[in-house]
Amino acid sequence: MTDTTQTAVLPAEAPAAPARGYWGGVWARLRRDPVTLVCGAVLGLLVLSALFAPYIGLHDPYQGSMVSRLKPIGTEGHILGTDELGRDMLARLIYGGRLTLFLGITPVVAAFVIGTTLGLIAGYVGGWANTVIMRTVDVFFAFPSVLLAIAISGALGAGIVNSLVSLTIVFIPPITRVAESVTASVRQLDYVDAARASGAGDFTIVRVHVLGNVMGPIFVYATSLTSVCMIIAAGLSFLGLGVKPPEPEWGLMLNTLRTAIYINPWVAALPGMMIFVTSLCLNLMSDGLRSAMNVRQ
Amino acid sequence: MSASEMGLPDKGGPRQPLVIARDLTCHFPVRAGAFGPKKVVRAVDGVSFSIAKGETLGVVGESGCGKSTTARLLIGLTPATGGKIIYDAQELGEELSLRDLRRGVQMVFQDSFASLNPRLTIEESIAFGPKVNGVDAAEARRIARDLLERIGLDPARFAGRYPHELSGGQRQRVNIGRALAMRPRLVILDEAVSALDKSVEAQVLNLLTDLRRDFDLTYMFISHDLNVVRYISDRLMVMYLGEVVEVGPAEALYERQAHPYTAALFSAMPSMDPYARTQVPPLAGDPPNPIDPPSGCRFHTRCPFAEDLCASKKPRAVTLGEGHQVACHMRDPASGHGKAAA
Repeated sequence: MTDTTQTAVLPAEAPAAPARGYWGGVWARLRRDPVTLVCGAVLGLLVLSALFAPYIGLHDPYQGSMVSRLKPIGTEGHILGTDELGRDMLARLIYGGRLTLFLGITPVVAAFVIGTTLGLIAGYVGGWANTVIMRTVDVFFAFPSVLLAIAISGALGAGIVNSLVSLTIVFIPPITRVAESVTASVRQLDYVDAARASGAGDFTIVRVHVLGNVMGPIFVYATSLTSVCMIIAAGLSFLGLGVKPPEPEWGLMLNTLRTAIYINPWVAALPGMMIFVTSLCLNLMSDGLRSAMNVRQ
Repeated sequence: MSASEMGLPDKGGPRQPLVIARDLTCHFPVRAGAFGPKKVVRAVDGVSFSIAKGETLGVVGESGCGKSTTARLLIGLTPATGGKIIYDAQELGEELSLRDLRRGVQMVFQDSFASLNPRLTIEESIAFGPKVNGVDAAEARRIARDLLERIGLDPARFAGRYPHELSGGQRQRVNIGRALAMRPRLVILDEAVSALDKSVEAQVLNLLTDLRRDFDLTYMFISHDLNVVRYISDRLMVMYLGEVVEVGPAEALYERQAHPYTAALFSAMPSMDPYARTQVPPLAGDPPNPIDPPSGCRFHTRCPFAEDLCASKKPRAVTLGEGHQVACHMRDPASGHGKAAA
């Protein structure tokens, strides 16, 4: 009894500072958020299965069979049925995840790098640099993003690389705008002034004081764009501007299977389900990340 | 570079003021709307003063009178549109670069939270200044830990903490430590204790007086709280609408205010004596807009003693006693003001 009261009264030798740091704190908060954890797990499973698709004993996603076309879900040997050419749906969905996730993530990563750089310059330098960058960005905002992607893809021609380029261009403006506004608000905080007053150069200030504090919100925003990007990429493929058959890709599969919607609606809906689940998980996870990365709690 | 080389060596000797400001101006161009007429905010308009080595200059005035802008001019955070800053007999822009000036002048801001990077531990925040000035990481860390000790935060417990894990008073101590890490000779305290509650404010003020002694510091203490200013200042400078209206030894000013604006400020100060009744009516209204300051004496629109003269002619600075100067027609025998003491 006396022992316990003593330790309670005398926390004098407190453990020398919390050793976990910023990311440790983020992880501690994430662990208490089951929704984010489940979404993260689903996404992790999707990515892993897409990565290791050749090694997990699936059917050949390109090998069709005229006799077993459009089999329903639960067919012997084809758990998720077959498509209009008799190819195994499970294999095609998992292989399709490779291209779809690649098309969803790569443009956002590229746009994240470019948009953050542009936004940092516009927000930190201000003045004419801000005017030039932000007004150019505004021009792109005048077009709906789907339309813009279709227009650029159409101009460049069909193909994976071209759709990557067009999607990157589509996502640079929104990321730039978020980066600019976050940077501008961080820039006028007193700690940036204090850093300037200590004689630090602009590059050091941006690296030490600005970047770390603007990355979080931009990163979270970019995560939420990934699902949009995936959907637009699928849309491009659906229109025949992105991936070409016989490559498995969710948007393209949705397109080719739509003729079968009256014959075997459940199988035809599967690629859409995959897009839905993935983008839902991405959105929920970015929400969870947003609150976990908020330091002031 | 070692820590001892960071501060600037004394150049001018003990009698040379640490800082002399001559006719400092800071005008911001603004536009009313996108196509409106171009106008100029005269935030600081011809301010001259000096701060002797080792003294504390208190700066008081209403919000928007240019106190903070003057401070930011002194440390080069806002570029001056005119005037000279002479730091220890070296003129800024001539013998002295901005970078060198910043090694001699540091600033503590009002908002203790906004002045610390939330992503850095307080040790990293304090060590940042020395590091960017060429001190190696281990040495900067040692400086930071020494300073934490000096500002009353046990390094073993606090060094690795983040700003949000500290109280307001502790954060403000860290900000003071961060300023001192640069080994400055002048520390500008811009409302540095105003946001703290009274007991914490007293502790931080005591810390500031101790540090002034131990580190041989000179303070420019900006505040709207006259009691606090009185406690810490040797001299007092009163600003109104971007101009200095009165400057003098603190005690003399507390005894007798020569400028009607200073008198109004002091009469608005709550008294500890419950029987003391305020004799002078308080100032009415807000200060005029610094975009279009009143002609002549800028205070004439609110001054109870204003005459026609005040609206037309700008008062010159008159010396009343030892270091006591005031810009008011009433104190200038040659001005022709009806109340001028002839």
